[in-house]
Amino acid sequence: MMKGVRGLSLRLLLIAATLLVWEGLIRGLSVPAFILPAPSGIFVALYRGIASRLYIDHIGVTVGETLMGFALGSALAFSLGIAVALSRRVEYFLYPFIVMFQAMPKVALAPLIIVWFGLGITSKVVSAALVAFFPLMVNTIVGLRSADEDRINLMRSLAASRWQIFWMLRLPNAMPYIFAGLEIAMIFALIGAIVGEFVGAQSGLGMLIQSMNFTMDVAGQFSILLILSVLGLLLNSIVSGVRRRVLFWDPSQKIDAAGSAAAGKGGVQ
Amino acid sequence: MAPAAETAATREVIAVRRLSKRYGSRADAILALDDIDFAVPDREFLSIVGPSGCGKSTLLKILAGLIPASEGEALLNGTQIDGPRKDIGVVFQSPVLFPWRSVLGNVLLPADIQRLGREEMTKRAYDLLKLVGLDGFERRYPWELSGGMQQRVALVRALIHDPTLLLMDEPFGALDAMTREAMNVELQRIWMERRKTVVFITHSTAEAVFLGDRVLVMTPRPGKVGDLFQVELPRPRPLDVMNTEKFGGYVRRIRGVLNAGGGLE
Repeated sequence: MMKGVRGLSLRLLLIAATLLVWEGLIRGLSVPAFILPAPSGIFVALYRGIASRLYIDHIGVTVGETLMGFALGSALAFSLGIAVALSRRVEYFLYPFIVMFQAMPKVALAPLIIVWFGLGITSKVVSAALVAFFPLMVNTIVGLRSADEDRINLMRSLAASRWQIFWMLRLPNAMPYIFAGLEIAMIFALIGAIVGEFVGAQSGLGMLIQSMNFTMDVAGQFSILLILSVLGLLLNSIVSGVRRRVLFWDPSQKIDAAGSAAAGKGGVQ
Repeated sequence: MAPAAETAATREVIAVRRLSKRYGSRADAILALDDIDFAVPDREFLSIVGPSGCGKSTLLKILAGLIPASEGEALLNGTQIDGPRKDIGVVFQSPVLFPWRSVLGNVLLPADIQRLGREEMTKRAYDLLKLVGLDGFERRYPWELSGGMQQRVALVRALIHDPTLLLMDEPFGALDAMTREAMNVELQRIWMERRKTVVFITHSTAEAVFLGDRVLVMTPRPGKVGDLFQVELPRPRPLDVMNTEKFGGYVRRIRGVLNAGGGLE
């Protein structure tokens, strides 16, 4: 493992070299900008978009949709996950629906959602919520059921009620699973929002990519892809930041911190 | 003549009468406990020793109210044990501490469940942690402690709500031999300071004799009472007592019972 200043400067050097080779190849081979733009063209497009406030407004719309969809999807997934994990009856009746929806690519519902909820923000929030819903629900169920037999016996031996076992044992015990689900849900919500905007929208980064595609503004599209990956990173780091504070006790935290984050725990789809 | 004092002296905290436990359906049921009879007077330290599979853990689970008996009855302070009770403290083989709770938080778990006064219980927790030599560790977390320290936290947690009965299920079984001996001395000291009625389950003959006022020997398949005798060694017993002829005699007596019962192959 490379560490410290040396590793960092080598990384930056590699990125700079890649951009330079890319720029050189585009210019040397005179590749047209509507096929593949040069990095310089992408940065110019990025600057223009931000300076004219065009991007800022659309970023605001997409982030808003993503966060609202995340909140809605997570709240539903969490409540339904608890209901399924705690009640065999609820699980029995909901199971066929869960299996069917889980296998279905949720983005295929986007055109229908636009028909039902219109071209405004609502349809994107619903689409984001729908895509974000499943990973968190599955993780909530798995997490709540993963409580160790010894720990349950301890709680029972102290004459704890079902509710106390839930609040003092099952829920905290499920938190690592729930946070893994939340991190995935956040990224999925962004995907859901963008897909919704692709299908039909008046604003948002997905809509912007679509309209740039029609005008063959490929450099513009690249600049928005750049923005989207930065957004994804930022949104993800919000959740993982909260996770690190809440789950200070989780031994898998240390592994995550050292290597890649967001790898799902348990039954992540 | 003081009949009240007399009954107090001989009061039975636990009375187990004709207790049997079957697992499985009627046809191919496995008999785990067969016709167990014993009583534990107030403030006695009873060791129950036997090989694995003799049903001693089943017996403890019945006493803790975690599983029902098939036949017979178990009484705690004269009332039948038909479910978990608030006046019992249990120490399991593993410490079973919650990593999201600090040492103090873990110790206060029974107080939280039984909604006892947090302030008074915290004071008690500090006293008990001091008693087991863990003062200064209140704000630490379980994963920062060694195995022996974790088991001491579990012991304090079992004592926090001042139960009449302390059940211990091979509490030092997962510790290395040296830590285990140290914990035995420690437990004796704590028990002498806070006299509780203790049922201590172990598969170590030496541990059973070292700690017990009396030793109940269980033989396996099905679990039966093989022997029950008094250990006449003065307290506090130092570790050296294990090298005495008398101690060796008790250990040989247990081995004899287990050999006759087919417990040791």
